[in-house]
Amino acid sequence: MNSNDKTLIIIPAYNEEGSIAKVITEIQQIDTPVDILVVNDGSKDRTAEVATSCGVAVLSAPYNQGIGATVQTGFKYAARSGYDYAIQLDGDGQHIAAEIPKILSVAQAGEADMVIGSRYIGEKTYKTPLMRRLGMLIISTVNSLVTGQKVTDNTSGFRAFNKSVINYLANYYPSDYPEPEVVVILSRKKFKIKEVPVQMRFRESGESSISSIKSIYYMIKVLLAIFVDLFKSYPDKK
Amino acid sequence: MSNRIELFAILGSLAIAFAIFELIRKGKLQEKYSLLWFGSALVLLVLSCWKNLLEIIANLLGVYYAPSALFLIAAFFGILLALHFTLVISELSEKNKTLAQEVGLLSLKIDLLEKKKQTEETN
Repeated sequence: MNSNDKTLIIIPAYNEEGSIAKVITEIQQIDTPVDILVVNDGSKDRTAEVATSCGVAVLSAPYNQGIGATVQTGFKYAARSGYDYAIQLDGDGQHIAAEIPKILSVAQAGEADMVIGSRYIGEKTYKTPLMRRLGMLIISTVNSLVTGQKVTDNTSGFRAFNKSVINYLANYYPSDYPEPEVVVILSRKKFKIKEVPVQMRFRESGESSISSIKSIYYMIKVLLAIFVDLFKSYPDKK
Repeated sequence: MSNRIELFAILGSLAIAFAIFELIRKGKLQEKYSLLWFGSALVLLVLSCWKNLLEIIANLLGVYYAPSALFLIAAFFGILLALHFTLVISELSEKNKTLAQEVGLLSLKIDLLEKKKQTEETN
């Protein structure tokens, strides 16, 4: 790692006025020097104003684009501004800022191109509803089989990326179920993925994009998307 | 094939071809999207006029009543057109996404530049 390395925290946010300020303040308190970018996905509430008042860069999409396009916008910004590392972190307060150095250091050490903060390895303090846990297990088994890399937490939105992945994802990013799909696509393009155990909180405000009743439906759709990804052609790694 | 249905088929195909031509002429339909429409109308027109060809095709397809083959072919082109539109829409929404992302990136750039200018002025 180089002391001149620049790191960007990308926070996708849609209607997170209740939690965004706390998320930002928490990140501003960690020792690692990082820049923060909130990508506001056409929120109907005051997410953008609240984030701006915290003194961070806020990029607002002209309309609601969905999580895939929103995170990709963050990667485009990171790539153009020449960041060496990027960290994706949810705007709902689920991810703990104090865990940032943990996943960042693994990326900085060059151990992997993408580092996933996983709830499902190490100490299991995060309680997931049974149906969702089962769905995640099936997705992770399928993903591990097709990619040859074992990933336990495919839906974790707490990730660190190095420059080559930033550039790759700025250019191509899946839109439907980006988290598990990114795992498949990066594996197919021979990027190295590593998981690191992290703690996560339950959501502080808002609603998870995956409610427990919809878990099975979600799982089927994700598996379908992964299946399609296996046959798609993607731009090559540079 | 009865003369009446033949007449209807010819008139119908002609009407479609004419409508497409008019839409292009008035600039309401881009040429690149009209090719498939024109092709479809042309095939239907030829098959409506050329009774023997339709009967040969019907035989090949195993359709006993020749005008039914005409419906089948028309439906095939209908599906082809629908697929074509889906392709066009997919391409458009991809471009739209890229455009919206650029708008966001640019407006942030302006925000940051204005902020920089303000701090420079106050100093």
